[in-house]
Amino acid sequence: MIRFRPSLLATVVAALVAVFLLMPLIAVIPVSFTPTRYLAVPDGEYSLRHYRAILENPAWLQGIWLSIRIGFAASLIATLLAAGFSLGIWMLQPRFAGVYMGLAMVPMVAPPVVSALTLYFFLTSLSQVNGVVAYDTFWGVVMAHVVMIAPFAVVLLTVALGQVDRRIDLAARSMGAGLATRVFRVILPNIRFGLITAFFLTFVLSWEEIGVTLFITSVNAVTLPRLMWMGLRDNIDPAIAAISVVLIAIVVAAVLVRTAVELRQRRNTN
Amino acid sequence: MTRSRIFLIAPLLVFLAGAYLVPFLGVMRWSVTLPQPGFGQYAVALSDPLVLGVIWRTVRICAMVTVISVVLAYAITLVWVRGAPVTRMVIELCILIPFWISVLTRAFGWLALLSNRGLINTLAQDLGLWAEPLTLVRNEFGVIVGMVHFLVPFAVFPLASAMRSVDERVLLAARGMGASRARIFWQVFVPMTKGGIFGATLLVFVFSIGFFVTPAILGGGRSVMVAELIWLRIFQSPDWGLGAAISVILMAGIGILLGLTMKYAKGSGK
Repeated sequence: MIRFRPSLLATVVAALVAVFLLMPLIAVIPVSFTPTRYLAVPDGEYSLRHYRAILENPAWLQGIWLSIRIGFAASLIATLLAAGFSLGIWMLQPRFAGVYMGLAMVPMVAPPVVSALTLYFFLTSLSQVNGVVAYDTFWGVVMAHVVMIAPFAVVLLTVALGQVDRRIDLAARSMGAGLATRVFRVILPNIRFGLITAFFLTFVLSWEEIGVTLFITSVNAVTLPRLMWMGLRDNIDPAIAAISVVLIAIVVAAVLVRTAVELRQRRNTN
Repeated sequence: MTRSRIFLIAPLLVFLAGAYLVPFLGVMRWSVTLPQPGFGQYAVALSDPLVLGVIWRTVRICAMVTVISVVLAYAITLVWVRGAPVTRMVIELCILIPFWISVLTRAFGWLALLSNRGLINTLAQDLGLWAEPLTLVRNEFGVIVGMVHFLVPFAVFPLASAMRSVDERVLLAARGMGASRARIFWQVFVPMTKGGIFGATLLVFVFSIGFFVTPAILGGGRSVMVAELIWLRIFQSPDWGLGAAISVILMAGIGILLGLTMKYAKGSGK
């Protein structure tokens, strides 16, 4: 029971921080309706031309579709690898579990730019021996994204496994369940929400990945973030405002739905 | 039995070794072989005033960003964890929505607010506050604002877990002994959350050091930080050896920082 509520001053400061956090997200809305070809606030005249540009310019649609496919492949592979790894650590409790865990975390804690250069080296080296998993290809980007997002899946799944009661697994084993039965019928069903969350989070991380993608793509594998980057660097393209509004709307809707579901669950349990 | 479980752990580690650790060794090799064998690039990196200037600017900006982010995050977390139920839900949305939105969209939002024809300058000129647009972006100010905006949600999570584990009875005891509200906050509550403050500070600082996208967009090439310098050395003025050497120095710096923290955390019995 919380007896001490934050003071008025703390509440006011927190409200200001909340405004600060939301301000840039709200600012893109008016800009996206500008009739001009450069970034400006509309002056009484509004236009949907930048929304139309997204639908009519094949580059945007191709970028969106490519990012969806890459995100799907990368998060599927990353979740599978991470699930195997976390399960293995949980069941086996190997002596060097901490070391293995540390290794798996390296891409998450290393400075993104160092990871980007490392993956650039990885993919340009592979380019010399094959054309599939290579610099500026679909599978090249997928593999690089798997490296970057798998650690996040490991963290989520390790947390999920930490909440599983080991005695369930012991009971299954003592009743003669084999490894496959224990994994697929006992443990995995217990962490299904963790698996879904891991898949979803890694998809979003791949979908919006830009730091590494910039280093490992040039003209063929142009993902949506890469397109946005190109439109942001020199002359700012207001089409970015339109696409940003769409992306923000999706996130707001997803977060609101999640909050509503949580509220309903809480009401049902009370 | 044991062998089959090793097949769970191994794939991720083998994948990361092949796609990350070995290529990183390749980057290290670049740093001592390009353009000629030897440690010349390290000597350049640690003596060239341009590179040193960039490193110094990076550390200075990141230190400022870290302090501002943790202070802002502390205020908003306090209200998120200890506020009234409805306030808590509103604050949670204000933290989660920006958290899920991509770094590009957020950087663009700041451009829409701060640029010469952006919301703030347009509004201020319409109201007659200032006649000429103020330069709020494409400089260090813009970089700091954008980075703080990105990092506040990351600082919230360690702070929240520290604040949630504060024992309410200690605060009641302090009041029972006649401490004022301000005194309870500064001399009891804040010291009890110092583990969270420490964790948030470290997390934000480590994240900020390797930042690439936000400084590149909001700095506009005028306030180059380490990550952008590496990018320039690899893709603009091909000097791969120097780019690789700076990357290795950066990686070592982060490694030492994390190592020291872990030692400190262990030493203080946490």
